[in-house]
Amino acid sequence: MNGSAPPLLTFRDIWKTYGDGETRVNALAGVNLAIDQGEFVAIMGPSGSGKSTSMNIIGCLDTPTKGVYSFMGVDAGALDRSRRAVLRNRYIGFVFQGYNLLPRTTAAENVELPLVYRGVNSRDRRDLAMNALAQVGLQGREHHTPAELSGGQQQRVAIARAIVTRPTLLVADEPTGNLDTARSHEIMSLLTELNGQQGLTIVMVTHEADIAAYAQRTIHFLDGNIASDTAAAMEAS
Amino acid sequence: MLFETIRLALRSVRRNALRSFLTLLGIVIGVAAVIAMITIGTGTTEKVKQDITKLGSNLLTVQALRPMRGGDTNFTPRPLEASDLRGLVDGMENVNAIAPTAQRTVRVVFGPDNLSAQVTGTDNEFFTARNWAILRGREFSESELRSGASACIIGQTVRNQFFGSGDPVDSLIRVGRMSCRVIGVLEAKGTSGFGQDQDAVVMMPLTTFQRRIAGNRNIGQIYIAVQEGASTSDAVLAAQNILRDTRRLTPGQEDNFDVRDMTQIADAMTSTTTVMTGMLGALAGVSLLVGGIGIMNIMLVSVTERTREIGIRLAIGAHEKHILIQFLVEATVLSLLGGLIGIVLGLSLAGLASYTLSIPFVPSLTVIGTAVGFSALIGMVFGFFPALRGARLDPIDALRHE
Repeated sequence: MNGSAPPLLTFRDIWKTYGDGETRVNALAGVNLAIDQGEFVAIMGPSGSGKSTSMNIIGCLDTPTKGVYSFMGVDAGALDRSRRAVLRNRYIGFVFQGYNLLPRTTAAENVELPLVYRGVNSRDRRDLAMNALAQVGLQGREHHTPAELSGGQQQRVAIARAIVTRPTLLVADEPTGNLDTARSHEIMSLLTELNGQQGLTIVMVTHEADIAAYAQRTIHFLDGNIASDTAAAMEAS
Repeated sequence: MLFETIRLALRSVRRNALRSFLTLLGIVIGVAAVIAMITIGTGTTEKVKQDITKLGSNLLTVQALRPMRGGDTNFTPRPLEASDLRGLVDGMENVNAIAPTAQRTVRVVFGPDNLSAQVTGTDNEFFTARNWAILRGREFSESELRSGASACIIGQTVRNQFFGSGDPVDSLIRVGRMSCRVIGVLEAKGTSGFGQDQDAVVMMPLTTFQRRIAGNRNIGQIYIAVQEGASTSDAVLAAQNILRDTRRLTPGQEDNFDVRDMTQIADAMTSTTTVMTGMLGALAGVSLLVGGIGIMNIMLVSVTERTREIGIRLAIGAHEKHILIQFLVEATVLSLLGGLIGIVLGLSLAGLASYTLSIPFVPSLTVIGTAVGFSALIGMVFGFFPALRGARLDPIDALRHE
């Protein structure tokens, strides 16, 4: 770990509370966390442990009830909807378990989508999308719709869409959850490659230990807080 | 960006072709109804105006004012009489013809056949004043006019019904309770702007009509055809002065008669059809409103259906306004498309109606432009609420939506 540069993102005493009164639930209860630029982090834990909530806050999709979430030195938890939308569009790429591609829309058009909201003109968009698709090994499939692609290929399109904006952070929510073992390992190799060669920071939620093994650091969540963190363990030893 | 959004909207409309079409139908029918109603209405007004001016803008009509039922009358009612006619004939200058008329609708019988006809008592001046030629036979003779002979001149409808293509001259027909010899046939005039058959008529000498049909010596209307180039307003004034004299009105008394030229009558009649047109158009406009509600309904369905898509777009950096514009444009494109189809349909309907009713086809650019603008507006207004609902979605919830 690089001790001199400030971390890419930090959680300072983050609380996330749902409901009111008797039905009040603390999804996160005072989480502290720091992730550096270039790290590949796996987040694990049973359902309801707070890992998805953490992911949503890290991805600037959600804001904490209490505490400070700082992303690239900005208090992202205090930003309004449209500022967070800009943040997501510029610095964060998303990969979901269910791929979440637009149906009946070609791979190239799906990949171009974040650039549309960034106001990039259509020729540049096309070039960038083609590059991103080539990077994930989908040359020749640019004009296929999701229905014409296999699950693994669809997830590659989703990864291309996430990296087409050259983000700083890639947030992956169980990216291999819908794939068979062989396909899962292909996707993980691709993510490892992006992390290694381009220094893309990756934060990934997963249930499977062998998938988590691709990451350099694993954080376990339990009952709204961090139960174990391999980085902390390393520092301690 | 806007072009992109319009393309996206068109694609979405095409994807749900059947649903889009059914949604469009409301707007199509609304716009078509408005356009057809107004175009046909304007055509009718135009036709009425043409018919009346065909009578001649130099034609004056004189009528006795009738007391209003239940209302106060500030004049002494008195029908037009022979003395009034004589006064006009003696006193008017620059006139081509002065014709007295009296009319009543009477059943006319020939053999086993009968029909209801407008029976007019008049003299030969009438044919000049109304510019109506006798196609076959002759006009009334002096002695027939004077003695009140049973001679009549029939219109084309009466002729066709009773005699077909045969020669009606010298046949005897029954008009009410009198028997009447046909001496002539008038040329065809066709249907009036109000759909009235102008050829279901029988003409007879005024004296005959007064004695045998009406049972009084009254004159209903006097037509005065002013010479070409002479001032009609001067003629109106002259007729008014003469009539005040013949009807012995003292300077303090109100006129108990009415002299009008045809342009005044045309204005009065077209104002009625214009009001009718406006009312029908407004009524059709209600169906546009219903069409708008249909658009709102389908846009709400569309937003719900595409919640996940909205979630994806929001997650990767779309702003609220992007989503709002996307759905707003989609609704507008949908209703505008309906509007365009409606215009084509409405104009076709109006064209067909104009052809069958033989009225002029007068499409109005203003009405078409308004219809286009209005249908776009409906899309925006009724699309706004669903679009806003989509734009306000929470990306996390939207992504979780199945």
